[in-house]
Amino acid sequence: MKKRLSFKQRRILAGYLFSLPFLLGFTLFFFYPFIQAFIFSFNELVISREGFVLNFKGFDNYGYILNVHPDFLRIFVETILDTITNVPLVLAFSFFAALVLNQRFKGRFLARTIFFLPVILSAGIIIQMDIDDMVTQLLHGARNAELIFTGVGLRNLLMNTKLPEGFIEFILGAVDRIPDIIRASGIQILIFLAGLQSIPPSIYEAADVEGATGWESFWLITFPMMSPIILTNAVYTIIDTFLTTTNEVVMLVRDEAIMGAGYGVSMAMAVLYFVMILIILGITIKVSSRWVFYQE
Amino acid sequence: METNTDTGVKVRFVRTAGLQAADILDQINREKDRNRASRFNKKIKGISISIIRALFLIGVSYIILMPLLEKLVTSFMTEADIFDQTVRWIPRNFTLDNYRVTWKAMNYPVSFFNTLLLTLTVSILQLISCTAVAYGIGRFKFPGNKFIFSLAVFTLVVPPTMITVPLSLNFKYFTFFGLLPEPGISLLNSYWPFILISATAVGLRNGLFIYVMRQFFKGMPRDLEEAAYVDGAGVFKTFYRIMLPGAIPGLVVIFLFSFVWQWNDYFYNTIFLSGQGNFLLQALQGAALKALDGDHNKLKSQYASIIRHTGMILYIAPLLVLYAFMQRYFIESIQRTGIVG
Repeated sequence: MKKRLSFKQRRILAGYLFSLPFLLGFTLFFFYPFIQAFIFSFNELVISREGFVLNFKGFDNYGYILNVHPDFLRIFVETILDTITNVPLVLAFSFFAALVLNQRFKGRFLARTIFFLPVILSAGIIIQMDIDDMVTQLLHGARNAELIFTGVGLRNLLMNTKLPEGFIEFILGAVDRIPDIIRASGIQILIFLAGLQSIPPSIYEAADVEGATGWESFWLITFPMMSPIILTNAVYTIIDTFLTTTNEVVMLVRDEAIMGAGYGVSMAMAVLYFVMILIILGITIKVSSRWVFYQE
Repeated sequence: METNTDTGVKVRFVRTAGLQAADILDQINREKDRNRASRFNKKIKGISISIIRALFLIGVSYIILMPLLEKLVTSFMTEADIFDQTVRWIPRNFTLDNYRVTWKAMNYPVSFFNTLLLTLTVSILQLISCTAVAYGIGRFKFPGNKFIFSLAVFTLVVPPTMITVPLSLNFKYFTFFGLLPEPGISLLNSYWPFILISATAVGLRNGLFIYVMRQFFKGMPRDLEEAAYVDGAGVFKTFYRIMLPGAIPGLVVIFLFSFVWQWNDYFYNTIFLSGQGNFLLQALQGAALKALDGDHNKLKSQYASIIRHTGMILYIAPLLVLYAFMQRYFIESIQRTGIVG
């Protein structure tokens, strides 16, 4: 006779049943290719009509991308440096924007709508075509009012101030980044806004009664209360910048596989990239966990 | 004697009391003055804060909207307007010809429909699979549920190229994991790769969806679920009759994000469809060449650029319409999901 399952057993079974799609997908369409990526990176992959054959090559692919490949090392280092500069700027901007958008003023909903628009408009193809188009425009020398506005105009202005050249270059670089930073901040602003609204108003009221100024309550209440969310946002921003499909290394890996030096080389790049992301995330979490304040 | 000293004390007392009262009155007056001044200061401070805030908001909005507006304006221009240095924002020769040409070059109705079908398929499958998985690990205690959750988070930190490049090979020689004879069948250039990875919750950023929905289900009250069990509802009935209706705000968010990210996707689309098929993406890439009747030499011309701008507007227009109707859901999305606690 079949024994009926107890309530607890049935719940365990149900838990596995609900998770089953992911367990299947993870094994077949994630973990299997993930292991393959490591294997491919040590092999040369030859594609024929019957499938593909692997020829073991040891660390040759890694040697190739680090010593011979014309672009990889440059793009790899540039991407890391770019991310390291952009992440703090994105965090600072989105935190400030969230503080502003959390205030009461006329047109707040419209402002929030616009600030979040970049998330909708982040199509990879559009970004790619914009870059191509910019090149076309430059070749023709027409309609580059923006370039004059930010580039030449500001450069002339700064040159007249007799500041050190390095400093001027830094300012110009930062100005060039502004649009990218703003466009990369949509979701971070939302996360910060939600965080700001989760701080109970009674804490601010108590501080106000005790005579704290707005400046003091920002640094002693808002900032510590928001620190776990700053960490969440930092991790999100790092992942978002490194893994977004328009990232240069991601594109290089794909192009190299399909029309470049082959799958082996491409996967060696991907493995190095993956290891680097893990290291940077690890450092971020380790360093920041010291000053993150948890209420509980 | 007694009375004498008594009056002395009294007089002294009254005198000091009077002095003190005058003092206090004086102080009150000074305080009032200061308050008036500080109120005035506060007003000035308030006004200057609003001015700075307005400048900041307008500046940022300009940077965000500028590329979109520029594309929109260009799409109504003729080639003569582009070369005319005096024309900046308002086209002198307003025309709809660009739209007519681009619409035809992109075969817009067909490519729009194909893209919509693919996007809806993917986002609905991801919605179902991610919600089910999130419910499983968020609401049931079983050995390994924390481990499964950490696997879902792990999928977020692996570069998508590292997975999709070997995956595309597997799909090219798909043997159903040994069930079919070598070399298997090719699933590329079909919907199947998208269907398989979406139905099993390992598509683009699905780890994030699982994370968000798990938080959502974890935050729902226990009593509701227990009441359903007491009334004799089974696990699945409780799920779709009690828990799902309560999770609708979260579901809307997942669906919208999944839809937008799939619509905008460039990466999976080019790998799994290898640039073929009549989708908006491929149509947009080929639009300029088609409008020029296949003349490669003119691809760098201003006219080609106008066509590309028009094509980009046509590409993102459906998303803008969606955003116009659903913006409240997008903007309040993260508060609704309670991701921050």
